[in-house]
Amino acid sequence: MKMIVAIIRPEKLDSVQQSLAECDVYLMTVSEVLGCGRQHGTVEVYRDQQYEERLVPKLKLEIAVNEAFVEDAVEAIVRGARSGDAGRVGDGKIFILPLEDCVRIRTGEVGALAIGP
Amino acid sequence: MVNLDAPMRLRRLMFVAAVALVVSSDARAQAPAASPAIDTGDTAWMLTSTALVLMMTIPGLALFYGGLVRAKNVLSTLMHSFFCAGLISVVWVAIGYTLSFGSGGNWLWGGLEHLGLRGVLGTASPLAPTIPHALFVAYQATFAVITPALISGAFAERMRFPAFAAFMLLWSVVIYCPMVHWVWGGGWIASQLGALDFAGGTVVHVASGISALVTAVYLGRRIGYGHEPMVPHNLPLTVIGASLLWVGWFGFNAGSALGSNGLAAVAFINTHTAAAAAALAWLAVESLKTGKPTLLGAASGAVAGLVAITPGAGFVTPMASIAIGAAGGAVCCLAVSLKPRLGYDDALDVVGVHMVGGTLGALLTGVFATATVNPAIKDLSLGLTGGLLYGHPRLLWQQTLGVLATCAFCGLGTLALLVVINAVFRIRATRDEEILGLDLSQHSERAYGFGAGEPVAVVTSAEPRPAMAPPVPGNRFTIAIDGVDPTTLVNRWRELCGAPDRRASDDFKQVYAQVTTIRGPRFRFRGGDREQMRQRLETLFKSVSPGARARLEA
Repeated sequence: MKMIVAIIRPEKLDSVQQSLAECDVYLMTVSEVLGCGRQHGTVEVYRDQQYEERLVPKLKLEIAVNEAFVEDAVEAIVRGARSGDAGRVGDGKIFILPLEDCVRIRTGEVGALAIGP
Repeated sequence: MVNLDAPMRLRRLMFVAAVALVVSSDARAQAPAASPAIDTGDTAWMLTSTALVLMMTIPGLALFYGGLVRAKNVLSTLMHSFFCAGLISVVWVAIGYTLSFGSGGNWLWGGLEHLGLRGVLGTASPLAPTIPHALFVAYQATFAVITPALISGAFAERMRFPAFAAFMLLWSVVIYCPMVHWVWGGGWIASQLGALDFAGGTVVHVASGISALVTAVYLGRRIGYGHEPMVPHNLPLTVIGASLLWVGWFGFNAGSALGSNGLAAVAFINTHTAAAAAALAWLAVESLKTGKPTLLGAASGAVAGLVAITPGAGFVTPMASIAIGAAGGAVCCLAVSLKPRLGYDDALDVVGVHMVGGTLGALLTGVFATATVNPAIKDLSLGLTGGLLYGHPRLLWQQTLGVLATCAFCGLGTLALLVVINAVFRIRATRDEEILGLDLSQHSERAYGFGAGEPVAVVTSAEPRPAMAPPVPGNRFTIAIDGVDPTTLVNRWRELCGAPDRRASDDFKQVYAQVTTIRGPRFRFRGGDREQMRQRLETLFKSVSPGARARLEA
């Protein structure tokens, strides 16, 4: 079992969800996060006062998958989250973490059985 | 309404004449003891105007200011306006009206003849003989409500509530009522100075603006001002508020004609035109300065234009109102951008918009006013038939004196009040209260709840199944690049990925669309024709390293 953590552009959530659905991955946790990487922040102007926003809004996806799904899911996220024909700085990152165990609270199932599509 | 019949036209002319008479400072002496009949048309318009002006404060100003503060202070800011609507209305009926408009007073205040609205019901005010006296009281009450509420933008995010309540109460009785008495109640600014103020440019905007400046300086800056970003938390609220102010201002200015007549129509079109021109002017100036027009700029500009046209709304032509509005928008935009250099923390730019806009409007009224628009000018300005543009520079001087007198009285009066209130209540929130936010520290409330307590939609679905195998077997393959130095390979790939979409070669676009990951010299493909991909990949690397060979791995 792996935990896939992906940081993506907020506007790419739809296309990532769509490409994940094509490989039968529907369950995920999505959070709004702020972060900084190579991408520059935005400059905001209010009544002539300029504020440089260093942190850029992103979405964080957390998806638990069984081994057989890891490559499919990564592939789907990469496909869905890239912008344009050549990609752009700020398209995000994917982290793949080992996952100890998983429990479905309602039924008490554990392990690979508890990870649904 | 193209063919006005003669009696109707006559009636309209009479209204204009009546208004011209009653607005003039010596109207009291001339007004007959028995008031003319109440006019239903005038009454209907003034009832409407009264509601419109209250709408300017709640929710107009409340939202305009509420959106500009940080999320932790939005409720306290809305509370400032809403509380004024409550407190000042009661004070006005009890004592404020008579201190402003009661006859037989002294140089400072009106007399006490209408204490608790005694003698008001069933009569008409000599200042507005065609509407019920009680309606005139209600109309003026809405002005009394918005004026102190305007100041609240200067001390937003840092004033303790008890001190705020005391300040509003005292300011409206000790500063606002005398100002009204002097300008509209027959006092010396109107009768001896001859300064023109149609709808409250000095009484409302210069008065609140200078008081805002004094309050902002007295209270000091917010914690972190100047080095932490303090950005508006909800501009849509601000724009809704500005829009309500724009609409409500028709009641403020056109209502100040005190009747349903031609003068009201002039004030109406002037108000609208000035707001429109000012929004455009602010956008133009900020576009030149920073390169982009902003929505907050448009909203602020419209408000600045409305402030600027207020003193002259019933005295100038619509073309002049374009000039006044545009000047208001442009000058206020520059004034607001000066604030950081001056060092005081007028949180929501009350000074830059209301004091600067109100002063500019008062002065430009002295330039553009003309008796052809409103014959009453001759009486009001002590014998002049127009402003500077019509050959009477004295009017501009009279207007200047009116503004200076207002600034001196309101500025010093506000400072005295603040000193007294600070001795009784603590005026400034503590550091902890301010950092926590006034919503929680002053009111134990929060505007926007996150997390716990939000209902979640229940999704019913089929019994879950374990995910053991992906639905479609992928067409995956790996192509390895031989004969290229690892560093060259990485740099070449980064260079390809860094190219803008337009300049990326067709080979790259085709490969990029299918490549998922790269580990060392191994490119993992998720699909595509294997041989074609191999050739394209080889082409991409041959240009930097002639010996490059692409090889399909098993």
